[in-house]
Amino acid sequence: MMEVSAVCRESLAGGGKSPHSLNPMQDAAQYTLEDAGADAARLVLSGQLTLANIGPLEHSLKGVAGPLASIDLADVDEIDTVGAWVVCRLAREHECDITGAGPAAERLLAAMRGIDAGGDTRAPRLPAWERVPTAVGEKIYAARSGVYGVVGFFGQILIGAGSLVRHPTRFPFKALVHQMELVGVSALPIIGLMSFLIGIVIAQQGSVQLEQFGAESLTVNLVGRITLRELGVLMTAIMVAGRSGSAFAAQIGTMKLTEEIDAMRTIGLSPIEVLVIPRILAATFMMLLLGFYSSVVAIIGGAVVGDLTLGIPFLTFLLRIQEVVPTHDLWVGLIKAPMFGLIVALAGCYHGMQVRGNSEEVGRRTTMAVVSAIFAVIVLDAFFAVFFTEIGWG
Amino acid sequence: MAGGKHYDDPDYPIVIEGLVNRFGDVTVHDGLDLAVRRGEILGVVGGSGTGKSVLMRSIIGLQRPTAGRIDVLGRTITELDLEQGIGVRRRWGVLFQGGALFSTLTVGENVEVPIRKYYPDLDPALRREIARYKVILTGLPEDAVAKYPSELSGGMKKRAGLARALALDPELLFLDEPTAGLDPIGAAKFDRLTRELQETLGLTVFLITHDLDTLYEICDRVAVIAERKVIAVGTIPELMATGHPWIEEYFGGPRGRAAHAAHLRGEA
Repeated sequence: MMEVSAVCRESLAGGGKSPHSLNPMQDAAQYTLEDAGADAARLVLSGQLTLANIGPLEHSLKGVAGPLASIDLADVDEIDTVGAWVVCRLAREHECDITGAGPAAERLLAAMRGIDAGGDTRAPRLPAWERVPTAVGEKIYAARSGVYGVVGFFGQILIGAGSLVRHPTRFPFKALVHQMELVGVSALPIIGLMSFLIGIVIAQQGSVQLEQFGAESLTVNLVGRITLRELGVLMTAIMVAGRSGSAFAAQIGTMKLTEEIDAMRTIGLSPIEVLVIPRILAATFMMLLLGFYSSVVAIIGGAVVGDLTLGIPFLTFLLRIQEVVPTHDLWVGLIKAPMFGLIVALAGCYHGMQVRGNSEEVGRRTTMAVVSAIFAVIVLDAFFAVFFTEIGWG
Repeated sequence: MAGGKHYDDPDYPIVIEGLVNRFGDVTVHDGLDLAVRRGEILGVVGGSGTGKSVLMRSIIGLQRPTAGRIDVLGRTITELDLEQGIGVRRRWGVLFQGGALFSTLTVGENVEVPIRKYYPDLDPALRREIARYKVILTGLPEDAVAKYPSELSGGMKKRAGLARALALDPELLFLDEPTAGLDPIGAAKFDRLTRELQETLGLTVFLITHDLDTLYEICDRVAVIAERKVIAVGTIPELMATGHPWIEEYFGGPRGRAAHAAHLRGEA
């Protein structure tokens, strides 16, 4: 197994006994028990006491019942720290001497002697009856400090925004434009494709149902109202949460881990001003544009279906939209969109800033950012639906 | 200076010949030769950006060189792929600059990773014991075994990294700036630890460092990288005798003289 033996692994002349073989391999570690009188046996080890060969030997040594008078290493060909550890531990268990060790083996044994066995390499784990209440308590505590944290974070952003208003020269325009490109412009293809397909599906499925009442011409109303009012903005918010909310959390979280955020603070840059505010403004503003863009592309998708399967010419479909969709549907969408953008960006930046410890935390916080953003968006959307209907924008 | 004569010679576990590393237009190494002797601590020095870390990464197979041949423990690294390299990989340990511990595992579990990978049949209890004594062997307190890397200081992380590097009882140990960022007391302790382990375990150590004290105290030979080559290898007096201006500035500067004086005091 070993091609070249290390200098420390000294070769010792064999003693000529016939060892009890544990392994058909020639160089495996083996042991024999010799009678040493006084009810005690002498354990003679031979072969290679190295990490590669020790496994089976260590296993069978557990079966050796004491008492042992001594452990003899004169027949050992090679020994490393693992071999020395096993020998040392065995000698301690049986309170016996180690004989026949060469100078290299003696050196290794000396290094091992001071270390006691036992202990675990895993992080300590409480018993279940303590662990469960502890976990529940920690969850509740985390929920409370999470609420405090969000409120505090929102306050920090307001303070940061306030100081930027007072010192407009500090405003990070470049970062804002860059984020607007990342959040908005580079999302155009995927959001366009998604919206186009949603428009097609609504028009096609809707027309099948409406046909039963002979009202397939109402497909125009269906597509126009549902995309402008609900789906365009909602689907875009979910897409932006997945694309940009997660990116915010992961990026800011990684910067936390590499101490970049601390470095900023020491230089006197506020991470809220430099990192968070541009992202929030970019997401809020671009959500407005993306939401509108998404609705428009979805209507085009619907118009394509209308042209191909319902016999409504493409342009007629678009003109009918203007007649059947009330303007307040457009306003409903345009009011909701920036709110959703704000929520997505807040969740992403907040969870990013909460990262501490290790890389696993970045992943966890990124997941939390996306999940909580989508959840909050859907809850808020339900509130808006009720609210706008109540004020007569039904 | 190294030459092909050392290939397959067990007394030279690392033999590098004609190494060329080029990144775009930047040539880091151009015809670099070096042979590391068995059982020595070889210090590698050079100015910033002279490719010390690139050299180490080339030797351990993380960086495929543009040209040249590197033999480690009788295997030609430059011709091996990852799978074939396993036989030789389990015979070396590497300590990266920051420790590079797996942050989601405890220190002890970090040490268990290479053991688990190469000896999956080993009894888990024994594996845990091995990890534990390795950690203690590197001078960490017992309770550090079950701690996560984020709970350790920089110096402790380095020791934990060393414990992981020693997990498989390697023949070769690569250390990348082991004392950088340690306080002088911690650095001196780490030096002594390296020497002790090298003597006890019979290691061959390839050590990249800027620490003049380390060079004086524990290195058997020092290799100087400059002008994209190893310009000289030898003991520090031998290097000084070459009269190369960079070497003279390095060892003859105020810090070099101070480290030398400290070394002489230590010997007296």
